Amino acid sequence: MQVSSPIREPLIHGGKTLHDVSEDICKQVEATPSKSWMIGFVIALAGLSIGAISVGTLLWEGVGVWGLNKTVDWAWDITNFVWWVGIGHAGTLISAVLLLFRQKWRMSINRAAEAMTIFAVICAAMFPAFHMGRLWLGFYWALPLPNTFGSLWVNFNSPLLWDVFAISTYFTVSLVFWYVGLIPDFATIRDRATNKVSKAIYGGLAMGWVGGAKHWSRYESISLILAGLATPLVLSVHTIVSMDFATSIIPGWHTTIFPPYFVAGAIFSGFAMVLTLMLVTRRVFHLEEYVTIQHIELMNIIIIVTGSIVGIAYITEFFIAWYSGVPGEQYAFINRATGPYWWAYATMMTSNVISPQLFWIKKIRTSIVSTFILSIIVNIGMWFERFVIIVSSLHRDYLPSSWAMFYPTKHDVGVYLFSFGFFFTAYLLFSKFFPVINIAEVKSILKSDGEKK
Amino acid sequence: MAAGKNYLVGVFDDPDVILEAAKSVRKAGVKIHEVFSPHAIHGIDDALGYKMSRLPIASFLFGITGTTLALFTLTWMMGYDWPMIIGGKNFASLPPFIPVTFEFTVLLAAHGMVLTFFVVSDLKPWGKPKRFDIRCTDDKYIMAIDLGENQKDKNEINKLLSESGASEVNEKNFD
Repeated sequence: MQVSSPIREPLIHGGKTLHDVSEDICKQVEATPSKSWMIGFVIALAGLSIGAISVGTLLWEGVGVWGLNKTVDWAWDITNFVWWVGIGHAGTLISAVLLLFRQKWRMSINRAAEAMTIFAVICAAMFPAFHMGRLWLGFYWALPLPNTFGSLWVNFNSPLLWDVFAISTYFTVSLVFWYVGLIPDFATIRDRATNKVSKAIYGGLAMGWVGGAKHWSRYESISLILAGLATPLVLSVHTIVSMDFATSIIPGWHTTIFPPYFVAGAIFSGFAMVLTLMLVTRRVFHLEEYVTIQHIELMNIIIIVTGSIVGIAYITEFFIAWYSGVPGEQYAFINRATGPYWWAYATMMTSNVISPQLFWIKKIRTSIVSTFILSIIVNIGMWFERFVIIVSSLHRDYLPSSWAMFYPTKHDVGVYLFSFGFFFTAYLLFSKFFPVINIAEVKSILKSDGEKK
Repeated sequence: MAAGKNYLVGVFDDPDVILEAAKSVRKAGVKIHEVFSPHAIHGIDDALGYKMSRLPIASFLFGITGTTLALFTLTWMMGYDWPMIIGGKNFASLPPFIPVTFEFTVLLAAHGMVLTFFVVSDLKPWGKPKRFDIRCTDDKYIMAIDLGENQKDKNEINKLLSESGASEVNEKNFD
């Protein structure tokens, strides 16, 4: 079935037939969970439950349980928010932007990456929701709903409100894009199912799909349009997130470079998270023939590109602060690098600027162990990037008498842990019950990807 | 013979073969009911004579509705219904309305299009799949021919399918 080419490495190894693909991917959906999956699931649930104590305390007591003070009134919550949203971006980038560029290597990683996007966006949305303190009032604080104040509408001039629209549109559109892609695969699982319950569940999810040419033609056309819509959408989301800072007049935030710099950083950290997850997923589910070293190398190349953009952005920002001639701006940057938070700055610089450059060496970018380690370092670095931008700009404001430090409490850590617990619980459930690789798309490249172009 | 009841089902093993078969079968004057495949086959819609989907147009219409609705609502809320002085700026000015307008446009364009796709393709959670051959979601390419819609007799079509590369030809009756 598979055609080999003297020029191109096939994207899928192992000389798979169409039936092998259905077999390999559906196997883990149908089998009882493996031991390693169970262990992972128990750990994720434990994280979720311990974190839930902090979330409960937060909702009962209020935001006072966090380590915020009068000067640093935004810290871990918004750091986590930006970090999770950024991670989500890689999924859309892989499924939408690479679709527009006709990059066929996306096909074995897009499903898992999109799932990651959806769960990461939920994790991100938790933080603005929790920080409102009274979740149940959030609807009319955040949405333009008629209310008894007259109606006093929400402020459409505020980037925080733009965020509400951007994140909710991004979430629902990603969810729909993901689901449309899943329908043919649900049909495959439905037609293989042997027991009544899974026949009914996957049958419902497949919505009666049988793969008629007319349906495929429509499917292809809406995938293309959804990709075309998701591409500017994903860019707008992190642009708007960066405007939460850039439209303020805080030194260190008030920068026009923020939108492109944040988008590049988002893709950078997102690809790192995709790598972390995929390296584990391919190992646990034995998908080495589908997610090959070639896929890992290509993702690492994207990490070099976006990591370099981020590095240049850091340097540009520093230069512009000096060049602006504004003492407040200059001080914010000097303080960032040499002040009490120098260690956070140093972590950010080494993890985000120096470590991705190691991927120029072919041995490092094609090694699974070094990719795994570096992908985690990048994500730590990107968390510190947001922490540095947010906390170091706030903690020494215009009035030296109000200068303060931020110390996280156990509930800061707990709520962060809760988001991690949720993320991994959801990802593990997805990887058990949903096909982790897009079966239909992989089938479509079995024959053609080896041929000469 | 009544239409939609008795079918002849050609089973193919290769997407390129069924693509050629679709062309030759149609050339021989046989009407194809539908081709089923485990993945999208490039060029099959042309071979079957399908017109390009109009879903992109639907998406555009939903999108433009979103743009209009958002701009109108924002201007009405901020400029007319409850004007607020924010930093001494105009009540209703275009630039700060663009992000929300853009998001709302994408929201309606994407969801409107996907819902339209579900409706026109008759995809619904309680929908029963009309299967000609269960292997078409796994590794076979299926061509279904409605005997009630064709003048030619069964054996003739059977021969035609085998000649164009079908590995099996089966009969399927829906009652």
